[in-house]
Amino acid sequence: MKHRGLFYLQLGFTLLVSAFLIVPVVLSIMAGLTVNYFVGIESGLTLRWVFEVWNGYRDTIFLSIGLSLACLAVTLILGVPTAYVLAKRQNALTRAIEELLVMPVAVPGLATALALIVTYGSLSGFRTSWAFILVGHVLFTLPFMVRSVLAVLSAIDLKTLEEGAASLGAGFWPRFRDIVLPNCRAGILAGSLMVVTLSMGEFNMTWLLHTPLTKTLPVGLADAYASLRLEVGSAYTLVFFLMIMPLLLALQAFANPRPAKFVAEETE
Amino acid sequence: MMTEAGKPLAIALENCAKTFPDGTRALEPLDFAIEAGETVVFLGPSGCGKTTTLRIIAGLEEPDAGGRVLFDGEDVTHLPIEQRNVGMVFQSYALFPNMTVAGNIGYGLRIRRTPEAAIKARVAEMLGMMQIAKLADRRIDQLSGGQRQRVALARAIAVRPRALLLDEPLTALDAKLRDTLRLDIDALLRSLGITAIYVTHDQAEAMALGDRIVVMEHGRVAQIGKPREIYQRPATRFVAEFIGTMNRLTGMTDNGVFACRAGNLPWADAPANATEILFRPEDIRVAESHETAGLQGTVAAAFFLGDRTRLFVEVGEARPLVIESTARRDFGHGEAVRLAIDPRGLLVL
Amino acid sequence: MRHEVRRLILLLLPAGIFFAAFFLLPMARLFFIGGSGKTGWAAYVAILTDANYLGSLVSTLGVATATTVATLIISGISGVFLQRHKFPGNGTLVAMLTFPLAFPGVVIGFMVIMLAGRQGLIGQVTQALTGEKLVFAYTMSGLFMGYVYFSIPRTILTVMAAAEKLDPKLEEAARSLGASPWRVALDVILPGLKPAFISAGAICFATAVGAFGTAFTLAARINVLPMVIYTEFTLSANIAMAAALSFVLGIVTWLVLAVARTAAGSTVAAAG
Repeated sequence: MKHRGLFYLQLGFTLLVSAFLIVPVVLSIMAGLTVNYFVGIESGLTLRWVFEVWNGYRDTIFLSIGLSLACLAVTLILGVPTAYVLAKRQNALTRAIEELLVMPVAVPGLATALALIVTYGSLSGFRTSWAFILVGHVLFTLPFMVRSVLAVLSAIDLKTLEEGAASLGAGFWPRFRDIVLPNCRAGILAGSLMVVTLSMGEFNMTWLLHTPLTKTLPVGLADAYASLRLEVGSAYTLVFFLMIMPLLLALQAFANPRPAKFVAEETE
Repeated sequence: MMTEAGKPLAIALENCAKTFPDGTRALEPLDFAIEAGETVVFLGPSGCGKTTTLRIIAGLEEPDAGGRVLFDGEDVTHLPIEQRNVGMVFQSYALFPNMTVAGNIGYGLRIRRTPEAAIKARVAEMLGMMQIAKLADRRIDQLSGGQRQRVALARAIAVRPRALLLDEPLTALDAKLRDTLRLDIDALLRSLGITAIYVTHDQAEAMALGDRIVVMEHGRVAQIGKPREIYQRPATRFVAEFIGTMNRLTGMTDNGVFACRAGNLPWADAPANATEILFRPEDIRVAESHETAGLQGTVAAAFFLGDRTRLFVEVGEARPLVIESTARRDFGHGEAVRLAIDPRGLLVL
Repeated sequence: MRHEVRRLILLLLPAGIFFAAFFLLPMARLFFIGGSGKTGWAAYVAILTDANYLGSLVSTLGVATATTVATLIISGISGVFLQRHKFPGNGTLVAMLTFPLAFPGVVIGFMVIMLAGRQGLIGQVTQALTGEKLVFAYTMSGLFMGYVYFSIPRTILTVMAAAEKLDPKLEEAARSLGASPWRVALDVILPGLKPAFISAGAICFATAVGAFGTAFTLAARINVLPMVIYTEFTLSANIAMAAALSFVLGIVTWLVLAVARTAAGSTVAAAG
């Protein structure tokens, strides 16, 4: 029995909230494509601002893409073995490790970046390279990779599967290759999407860690908002949206799990 | 170190105990020898140490210091399972979800770097033996419980292990399937002639499959023997009550007669100080009208089961006697009956 | 079996070394640098003793609290509503509400400018309606709106997940006893969602306290702690003070999240 009035009230409220979130996005996309934002759509549509962004900020786009892929590689190498260890052992020590891993996420990016600067700022080669930013990104995204893989590994009976493989003669590395890795594929995929998405959008740390030669897309955005006309900033934001949209859609698709299958006994 | 694959193994456990890091004593020191080709069943309730013993034999656990595991006289105590060449079937089957049925069965051979053609042939052989040829390319989550069981067996046997270790393989299946598969496993073990160690809490399985049964309780061996011995001559009360049903009469012996509330039971071999006698439901029957019988009771409940009637008869003891009767008549509630016991089935513990 | 332990330690080593070198060590250094400035270790209490710092701390906590309350109310209503009622377009609404999930604070700031800036939508609407243009993007209200903007997607997901796990039978029981929808919401639904609210609320609060990008985009005039730290570091070159303040900020956010975690299961991310 639906209380129709209440339903429509809540629906209206939700629509309002959605509008609050989406309208500025739409406005910004439009602003990036109109000749003159103040005049509005009557001034005509154009790709001129997008091209201006591409010419002036092409490097930031490539750097962001490169960084997120590098971040992915590093988090895979560091994170998958860590998740394996955490799946194999659940005791006070492993819980402490999980807590520790999450710290760079809990602590404001500003603090983490500052800490890195005061410690390694004097190594000018390191400080001015994109590796410096990469370190910050890895610290921030590692717990997501670990959690994602750990979730999948915890859901399967890892111990028995490994014992089964061991009983057939498989040593540690064959087991890791044949049993552990293939069975956490879903976790690795979901974790990878998360890492790439987060790395692309990271700003708090990156703003402090960057140098004029190592600007990422969000850093470029901050520059553009501050110094350039609204249309260029909007076009730049549009480029960002275009890059992040497929990732977000893929992430949302991952959020819906497949239902478990039931197989009836056949008469044998 | 692996000896010749395929020849059945004699296994010996010497002074094997197991204490876990948190202090639980899972197994008291155990000495036991398994003959080549024998099927030994470790039977007992959960927590009795049977699975721990199996895992020590497998190489998944190490016995406490001083314990030794010997394969054909060779000390393998510190050899990990990867090198023991035993086939293991787990309670949850442990089938690899990322491989097909054929992939699972061939895995052990692949690890041993067997040539591809030989793997294919052996896998086909196993599929045929287990009658699951049509499942070869299925994924594990597409299989029913019984099918998974067969795949698990096929996978374990494919590598020609020297011994087969089965950890409650039928527990996860429903009753009817269990009965069918029990026969299949029995036939399989016999045809392979392999040394097999089988762990279960189901005494019917133990009796059907074991050449010898080791009944365990609280980490200790309660009795070792052939199924018939265990059933008819249980060594302790625990074994008596764990296996099948046991009836009990309390009273006193007096000159070749056991006197109890139910009446007087003539028993020439009655031990002098027996205060309690035990016997199976099939060793007691309702006496015919013309027979003399010393015991009396009243029928509390009667269940007609088709081939026999199960009677619960009150005789003044804590629990009613359970009697399996093949008499071709009905028993009324409250009916007075006279009971005769076969003295060969009487036990004093 | 000792091999196994050794192997596990070896597997942890790469991440462990990375973490020690790039987080633990720097954090320790940050702590010491914080106490090495002109005021020495007193820098760590300056946040409470110095009027300016105290003021920005209060502002920060204030806007974070306001954000949390507003977000929880909004996400509570919409999250439960969307989870419960399946209608055509439900999925689209959910997608729209969670779309800004990965937006960096900078972009959020830009969204705020789009809505409430000098050429913003709200300004144009109010000008058309009242003749006066409402511009608040560059004030605390603008910041508040921005924080709510990026908090809604995260909290709504948590609320929806928790709403899914609610047992409808409890509500049916309450209704069978005569409870109106309002009472059912108050007495059954809200208590059932409490753990999710605590956990989501803590994340929301901690994120708002530590957020930088949004405030940075909107103006250096906004007096929240992350901005103060930033200006101390870049404009005043007062590294010690910046270090001390950011260390304190880090501890505060970590504590809030730790408390919430013990109060209610595991958590999702903070970023912004």
